[in-house]
Order: sequence, then C-alpha cells, then structure tokens
Amino acid sequence: MSTDFPATPDVAKHLAASPVNPWRAAWALTRREWIRFIRQRNRVVGSLGQPLIFWLLFGAGLGPSFRLPGATDGLSYREYFFPGTLVLILLFTAIFATISIIEDRREGFLQSVLVAPVPRWSMVLGKILGGTLIALAAAVIFLLLGLTTDIPLGVGSFLAAIAFLFFIGLGLTALGFCIAWRMSSTQGFHAVMSLFLMPMWLLSGSFFPPGDNWIGWIVRLNPLTYGVAGLRRILYSEGTEAARQAALPVDLPGAWMSGVVSIIFVVAMLILAWRVAAVRTAGDLQ
Amino acid sequence: MPPSIAIRFQNVRHQYGERTALVDFSLDVAAQEIFALLGPNGSGKTTLFRLLSTLIPIQQGSIEILGDRLPENLQQVRSKIGVVFQSPSLDKQLSVLENLQCQGELYGLHGKPLLTRINELLVQFGLADRQRERVDKLSGGLRRRVEIAKGLLHRPSLLILDEPSTGLDPLARAEMWNYLEQIRASEGTTVILTTHLLEEADKADRIAILHRGSLVALGTANELRATVAGDSIVIQTQDAIALAAAIQQRFNLAAEVIGRTVRLEQADGHRYVPQLIEAFPNQIDSITVGKPTLEDVFIDRTGDRFVSETIAAL
Repeated sequence: MSTDFPATPDVAKHLAASPVNPWRAAWALTRREWIRFIRQRNRVVGSLGQPLIFWLLFGAGLGPSFRLPGATDGLSYREYFFPGTLVLILLFTAIFATISIIEDRREGFLQSVLVAPVPRWSMVLGKILGGTLIALAAAVIFLLLGLTTDIPLGVGSFLAAIAFLFFIGLGLTALGFCIAWRMSSTQGFHAVMSLFLMPMWLLSGSFFPPGDNWIGWIVRLNPLTYGVAGLRRILYSEGTEAARQAALPVDLPGAWMSGVVSIIFVVAMLILAWRVAAVRTAGDLQ
Repeated sequence: MPPSIAIRFQNVRHQYGERTALVDFSLDVAAQEIFALLGPNGSGKTTLFRLLSTLIPIQQGSIEILGDRLPENLQQVRSKIGVVFQSPSLDKQLSVLENLQCQGELYGLHGKPLLTRINELLVQFGLADRQRERVDKLSGGLRRRVEIAKGLLHRPSLLILDEPSTGLDPLARAEMWNYLEQIRASEGTTVILTTHLLEEADKADRIAILHRGSLVALGTANELRATVAGDSIVIQTQDAIALAAAIQQRFNLAAEVIGRTVRLEQADGHRYVPQLIEAFPNQIDSITVGKPTLEDVFIDRTGDRFVSETIAAL
C-alpha cells in the first residue's frame, strides 16, 4: 500500500474549470441502471417472460371465441392482443426499474446522490431514462415477434413503433417513479401494481375492445388507452386500407387524439416526478 | 470568516416535530483540523452531520463552510465537501471501479482526468487489484476504504464522516485513521467526524462534546481531561445514594451518584481508596482509581452517564 498522495494538478484544474453538467450526471445514472439490469438475470427474464406467456396463452385460449365488434374479417386474438402485450412489457419493465429507487434508498446509494452537486431533476431524469431504455429493449425484442403475425410491419412502421414505445415508456417509468419515490418497502409497491397499474392496463383497450357500457367509459377516460391506440395505429400504418379496417376497432381513438393525449400524459408524468422528488424533507432519509 | 476557519456553525437550531435536536449550536472548526463531534445517541451529532452534509435543510441559524453559507450556497458547498456515510452508500451490484466512475460523473469529472484520479485513489487505498470486483464480494473493511475513496474523489476541501469506524475491527480502524492523517497532511483536507466512541474521539485534534443538542465541552482531549480535577474514583455499590451521603458526611467530599456507581474527583485518589474501603467495608462492591477519561469529562459536564439516551438516533 502506498502512503504518499501525489497531487495531480490536471484533476484539480479540471474540477475548478468545469461545473457539473447535469445531463452527464443523468447519463451516468442511466448507465448504472443498465449495468444493474444486465447483472440481474431474473429481471431480464421476468420482464419479457410473463407478457410473452400471457400473449401465447391468451392468444391460444381466447382465439376461437374472439371477434372484433363490427369487423367482418376475422382478426386473430393473438394479433389484437399484440400492441397491448407490448405496452404490458413496457409497464412491467418500467415499473420494476423504478422499484429500484426503493432499494437505492434502503441500501444507501441514494444518499450519496442526494448530496452530490447536481440538481434533483438530473437524478430523476437518470432514473427514468434508465428505466425507459431497459423497458424499450425488452419491448423491441417482443416487437420482432410481430413478424410472425399478420401485422404489416415495414421498416418505417417498425421505427415509428420504437419511437412511440420509447415515449410511452418515459411516461410509465415516470409514473412508477412518482409511486415509488416515497415508498419505504417494495411490498407496498406490489399492492399498487395489482390494484392500480394492472387494472389501468386491462382497461386500456389492450386486452379487450371497449363496449358501450360503463367499462367503455372507464377505458375512454384512461390515458393509457390512447397510448395503446396510437401504437395500434402505427403498427398498421403500412398495411392496405382493408387490412387496417379489419384490424382497427371502429371506435378506436384517432391518430391525432392518441398523440395529443399521450403527449399530455407523458409530460404531466415527467413534471410530476420532478416535483415529487424536488421536495427536500427528512423523508429522504428513510 | 477568517480563512483559517473551515466550518462555522452559528446559532443552529433543529427540531424534529416537537423534539428539539439542536439548541442554538455555535462552533468554529479550524482549517486542516481533524475534528470529532462526540456524543451519545440522541445528543444531536447525527443531526449536525446531516445538516453539514446538506442531506437535510437548515431550519434556523447558518453554517458557513469554506466561505460558502448554507442554506444560500447549496451547490457550492456540495462541490467542496466529501461525505462518507455511516450506512453504506455503494451500489453493491457494481464493481469498485464502476462505483467510483458513477460518483465522479456526479461531481463533474469524466474522461481521462476521472480515470487518472480513480487510479490514484485505488493505489493509495490499496484497492488497485480489487477494482473489477463487485462491492458485495468485499469485506467490511475494504468497503469502508472504497467509501472513503469515493468521498475523496473530487478532492474535497472538507471531508465529513458519520461514525466512520462502525463495523470495523481494530486493525481496520487504525488503518482508517492512518488514511485520514495522510489526507490531511498531503492535501490539507479538513476532516470532521461524528462518533459515540470515546477512544476514537481521543485521536482527533479537537473534540466537541454534545449533550441533548448543546455543546458542553470543547478542546483537545488533554485540555478536556485537565478540566477534571485530580483522579477519578469510581465505586460500584448496591445503594449509591446512601453511600454518597455517608462519604460526604464522613470525608467531606463531593460525591456524584450515577445509577449504582458513586464517583469522586480527588487529587491523589489512590490515598483515599484504603480509607474508603475501611470505612464502608460492606457497601463497596468494587472501587477503581484512574486518571480522568473523556467519559469523566462528559459526566463532569452533564451529570449523566455516557450511554445511549434514546434508541432511535434521529
């Protein structure tokens, strides 16, 4: 063990010269999320596995009895359920990525981030971007399975779908962040998952097309419905008019409507996450 | 603030709900000092650490750190201080190197200067051959070394440590003190640490003793011990109150009662031992004479024993 502490003037100069770049700091935290995700194999499997099994089993089980209201041609349930499964993968992965904020707090990593000379939004952005990119990677792998269906995926719609998934992923990860920020245990998060997040997904037109009953109204009020609708429209954007008519439910929200509601949802969630984390209280120490 | 002052606490007051953790606390810490905040749990030292490390906002009063004032100049203060937490702050899933890289980026270091600095610290802390290992594979002593290296990465002028020797064996403790001395000598870093261990505080240049949110004693360990007159005689007994009264009556000595012990301060303490034993043969379970310790200083100033007062160290 060496006992001398040589001075390195370049480091000192560097420190004096450059104030912390909050974007770089955010990116460092994003990279950390990635490294952690890849080291936890069960998370990689879990985030893709369950939605994949849902898709295969529900596709096979509900397939024979499924018929899209108002449609003449038979759209398979596996195909109808495809965009919803993509969103489910985003939701699962994003949510599990944000749960790690509870571990960060409990295991102590967060405290050193909280006293670093970076603004809080930089920490929030790092966490959300990390979770979103992980969720996106899982979703893209599943998106490739879309090639085995009748979905008319072209290069353009494939790329557009990735961009849209990234965007929705940001909103869902930010939502997860807001829920997880003040939570002291992961058990609490599981309750929120099954009582709030799963129903939100079930009632988004992912799992079944909404009817004219009260359920239909809940679906129409759910912002995630517009994310799923936007994705559905993008996936069929390169097909023929006939294919689109066969695949898209008649009362599916339009492209503009889907885009605008989704933007409002994502921006609102990001602002909320930033605001929630900006408050410095003794609760930071839990 | 003169440049030789590194930290100035001015009338700092802090409350957790109804409970007052700090009462008008004022203190100056000199630049390049190794300074210990000593106190039992609940004395307010952890609150001081949290305020100093900017983990919690200041409610009343001000803290000036190397020319920047809290709460006004939060980010400037943050870039000047290095913080070593009592509970681990390393990401256990990441390697030593990855932890240090992430920390560096949070303090505005990147690229080659960051790697140079990391290598320098890895060598200094004897971690060079463990840098690729994941933190969860390291022993407690090694982890603490990484924690300190992490706190020093951006060359802070002030290093703040919370109970730094918690969970360390005596060898690792001695090693840690060795590092603190070296950093001070080579970089002129001011070091402030909290501790509830008397022997640890003894190693610091100066000590502030805290009790129920107030400063009760301040000075070097020797200065503090010198304030306690003579030797300290400690008697274990079944009925301390009765014994203290009897001693007072018979020898005209002021005796303090703390639980089941009676404590006297007296020059040439050893001469009283046979007299006391002869006078009260059946009441004394044990009797010890010693030069005053920091514990005696604490007892002398507070009338309390140096033990944890509350379970939760808020």
